[in-house]
Amino acid sequence: MTDDARPVVEIAGATKVFGTGPTAVTALESIDLAIRAGEFVSLIGPSGCGKSTLLRLIGDLTPATAGSVRVNGKPADEARRGREYGIVFQAPVLFEWRTVDRNVELPLEISGHPRAERRARALEMLNLVELGDFARAYPWQLSGGMQQRVAIARALATDPELLLMDEPFGALDEMTRERMNNEVMAIWRRTKTTVVFVTHSIPEAVFLSTRVVVMSARPGRITKVIDVDLPQPRTFETREHPRYFDLVTAVREALRQRETDGSLVEGGRGGDVAARIRAEGYT
Amino acid sequence: MTAAAAPRVPESRLALMARTRWGRRLRAAIPPVAVFALVIVAWEASLTLLGVQQFLLPRPSVIVAALVAEQADLSRGAAYTATEALGGLFLGSLLGIGAAFATARWVTARESLLPVAIAANSIPIIALAPIANIWFGSDNPVSRMAIVAVMVFFPMMVNAVRGLVEVDPAALELMEANAASTWQVIAKVRIPNALPYVLTALKIATTLSVIGAVVGEYFGGPQYALGVYITSEAYVFRYMNAWAAILIASTMGIVFYLAVVGLERLALPWHASNRAASG
Repeated sequence: MTDDARPVVEIAGATKVFGTGPTAVTALESIDLAIRAGEFVSLIGPSGCGKSTLLRLIGDLTPATAGSVRVNGKPADEARRGREYGIVFQAPVLFEWRTVDRNVELPLEISGHPRAERRARALEMLNLVELGDFARAYPWQLSGGMQQRVAIARALATDPELLLMDEPFGALDEMTRERMNNEVMAIWRRTKTTVVFVTHSIPEAVFLSTRVVVMSARPGRITKVIDVDLPQPRTFETREHPRYFDLVTAVREALRQRETDGSLVEGGRGGDVAARIRAEGYT
Repeated sequence: MTAAAAPRVPESRLALMARTRWGRRLRAAIPPVAVFALVIVAWEASLTLLGVQQFLLPRPSVIVAALVAEQADLSRGAAYTATEALGGLFLGSLLGIGAAFATARWVTARESLLPVAIAANSIPIIALAPIANIWFGSDNPVSRMAIVAVMVFFPMMVNAVRGLVEVDPAALELMEANAASTWQVIAKVRIPNALPYVLTALKIATTLSVIGAVVGEYFGGPQYALGVYITSEAYVFRYMNAWAAILIASTMGIVFYLAVVGLERLALPWHASNRAASG
């Protein structure tokens, strides 16, 4: 799946500063990252490390202060206008006035696909997330995990080459989360979509990814990139694989190292900065 | 958007709900109808027993008799007053929604107009009724329509602005990620989001519209208009006729209100307020 070396995401020297003057907060500092087609890359780090901001730079939902972000070989804003990625947020963000299938149709509606095609595609996507029976239900009739599966179906409706996921299972309980992770793996195998996945769960990152990007806060930087060489397909057994535990430990250590470094240098000031970034709506 | 326990096979459950829905609604209607009947019976019995004078409070049976005897005048008056109320309601809602769109679209308009609208919302507009009579003529229904329209305008505008503006920021971000146009954001997010707010305002507005029309008529209008009729019949001590007209005005308000509730059921099958009825 990683044979295709064509880069889908290329980030070079990307910096993001919120605010100006003495109150300016550097959320991300000179980030370099390339993601190839078919990869599943997780961004992990403490809150305030800018992992969601990095995802938003890729999606052109916030502009980079400096550096370049390219998607599918184009500047990120051009890729967004060309509707070249699908996105899943932490909350399902389903429109409560639309039935499940009409929610999935939304991106196709925006891009002006004909009705019959939208219908067929929405049903296909709902079957992919195993919610075909719930096409005519309203979002409130679904559980949290089911709502998030609808959000995934919606993100995949336009058959994008890139799927951005911003802590999509952060609000779910551990058991639901593991089941969702298995499903994401099944979907990824079938659609061969490139995925960028923000999480703060170490087991989740290791289980899903082909690469884990470890980040540190204040300012947000990439501290380590860990290749996950666990065998594909990832299944229930993956979580019992001895290599799985090694990798979980490796990620945990990479995270802890930065944490202690940070506390030595910055002391208690860091919390402030994180809070300030959050106040602007970007964590 | 709370996560409800998901039905395994939704179709069959929905079908089951549809079959019992009318039965359930009928059962829900029994207590209020019983209370209403009890009040009428108690009213009738206590007045007879206590020997209360007719002009203080007529018995329900007397009011019903007056309703039948005066039905020609009353139905003409009801039609006239209803036209004023509905005309004003339509005009005021239209202007309120129009103003809301402008206010929601331009931030400067919102910052300067909305506080004024909220303040104006608490003005007793009915106090302007005599002035409206000077402007439009007391025999002109437009005089009352104008009063009703102004009364309806503010709650409609304030609610519609909230509905258009108070949108989930994540929904806007989703639209942006999909490169949606400004118009698509309005049509697919802002308007559907505003619909429950507008219907809530419309419920308030229906009640206001009947009050505005009837009280407006206290200051002038043709003889058969309900407000004029109530004042003139009370003036000549025909209280049962005045009460009959009050009954009609009240029924009018309730019917308008229920019509909006019905509209709400049709337009917002997904809304929380309708979930009890359908799930």
